[in-house]
Amino acid sequence: MIEASNLDKFYGKFQALKNINFSVAQGERVVICGPSGSGKSTLIRCFNGLENHNAGKLVVDGIEVYEGSRDIRKLRQEVGMVFQQFNLFPHLTVLENLTIGPIRVRKKSQQEAEANARTYLERVHIPEQADKYPSQLSGGQQQRVAIARSLCMETRIMLFDEPTSALDPEMINEVLEVMVDLAEGGGMTMVCVTHEMGFARKVADKMVFMDEGEIIETAPPERFFTAPETERCQEFLQQILVH
Amino acid sequence: MIIMSAYNGAQAMGYNWQWYRVPKYFYTLTDEGFQWGEIAIGIVKTIEISSLAFLLAVLLGITVALLRLSTLLVGRALAIGFLEIVRNTPLLVLLYLFYYVLGPIFDLDRYAASVLCLGVYHGAMVSEIFRAGINAVPTGQWEGAESIGMSTPQVYRFIILPQSVRFMLPPLTGEAVNMIKSSAIVSVVAVAELTTIGRNIISDTYMSFEIWFTIAVVYLVVTLILSIGISFVERRYAVS
Repeated sequence: MIEASNLDKFYGKFQALKNINFSVAQGERVVICGPSGSGKSTLIRCFNGLENHNAGKLVVDGIEVYEGSRDIRKLRQEVGMVFQQFNLFPHLTVLENLTIGPIRVRKKSQQEAEANARTYLERVHIPEQADKYPSQLSGGQQQRVAIARSLCMETRIMLFDEPTSALDPEMINEVLEVMVDLAEGGGMTMVCVTHEMGFARKVADKMVFMDEGEIIETAPPERFFTAPETERCQEFLQQILVH
Repeated sequence: MIIMSAYNGAQAMGYNWQWYRVPKYFYTLTDEGFQWGEIAIGIVKTIEISSLAFLLAVLLGITVALLRLSTLLVGRALAIGFLEIVRNTPLLVLLYLFYYVLGPIFDLDRYAASVLCLGVYHGAMVSEIFRAGINAVPTGQWEGAESIGMSTPQVYRFIILPQSVRFMLPPLTGEAVNMIKSSAIVSVVAVAELTTIGRNIISDTYMSFEIWFTIAVVYLVVTLILSIGISFVERRYAVS
């Protein structure tokens, strides 16, 4: 589904991604972790063209991604994204947030889109909030709305960019539960940048560790958590698992 | 204080106040019935010119703002060029350009030239207001909208512009008030609006003090009504 070879990305002189080789198979659930500034978010944002890589080749769902590509909108209709800051539309109600994509982009009828949206709100456990505005919801609820918004587009790939990092601790679990639920529902390809190692252990098929713009280690979760091969990865895991 | 000293000064120079002659320039009530006076007609004309020019300014403003924010190099260059030329030309000179230069070339009458001139001048100001309003919407909104596959026009129409309205309304009100005030300048090419009519009445009657006071108050009342009206609209777009 995602095939990246030799990706490089520069911000001015700073190299954010260094020679990234990475692939995700259909239905695979990949968790990317690493210290902040290691390029995880940059990488995941390349997958739907929010950032453009400067060198190398990236193919997502059969569509080659590059700067100025005319197929980028087609791609984004197949790749959903959940952001750290939710990025809900504050001037629209929850229901409108969920239906605007299907109605305007997928050209569905209002009734169909609304019925669909209510199903997905059910799935993220907040059907009763449909007519509220995002600002009236808690952070955890907002993030679940954001997940539902992506689900409503019925994409084949979902990208999660640190979905729980902006949440208060007591709200992290309600969002993770929804994500576990999605992962276990099967069929969907998921790429998730997160520091939630419990979640990673539970759902990941593959763990990827990044540092300083490079992929340092790729491993199945059992081996990744018990016997990481590289020293940097060991240090990182020690730091975050000790607490 | 100022009014008092102005009044005393006028008394001292023996000014002959004739306020009783002013009302008939608003309306007259005779045997033939009710009739609007010249000032009333002037008010309507001023509002008409300002509204048309404001409409033009908004259309031009949004076009220039979008060009300026676009990824097209030519579009950005055009927008910046237009902005700098218009902003750095005095309104009076711009009006002369439109009336004496563009007028004969494109066969514009004084009315059309005035409306176009005001529209272009304020269009430059309005475009900056639009640009600031659009930039005030967080970039996350763009990313959220683009990630569900919206095209740039769709993002503007459904996501960005509805949210920028509340950033734009207060400065746009100010610009509308400015428009009404700067519309007075078209009196130099003798378009029959409020200021021109005031001048004409004075040259007929020599009541310069009364008429200029009256005209000033009329402008004040019109702009106040406008500001109050818009503040109601603003409340609708306020964030809850």
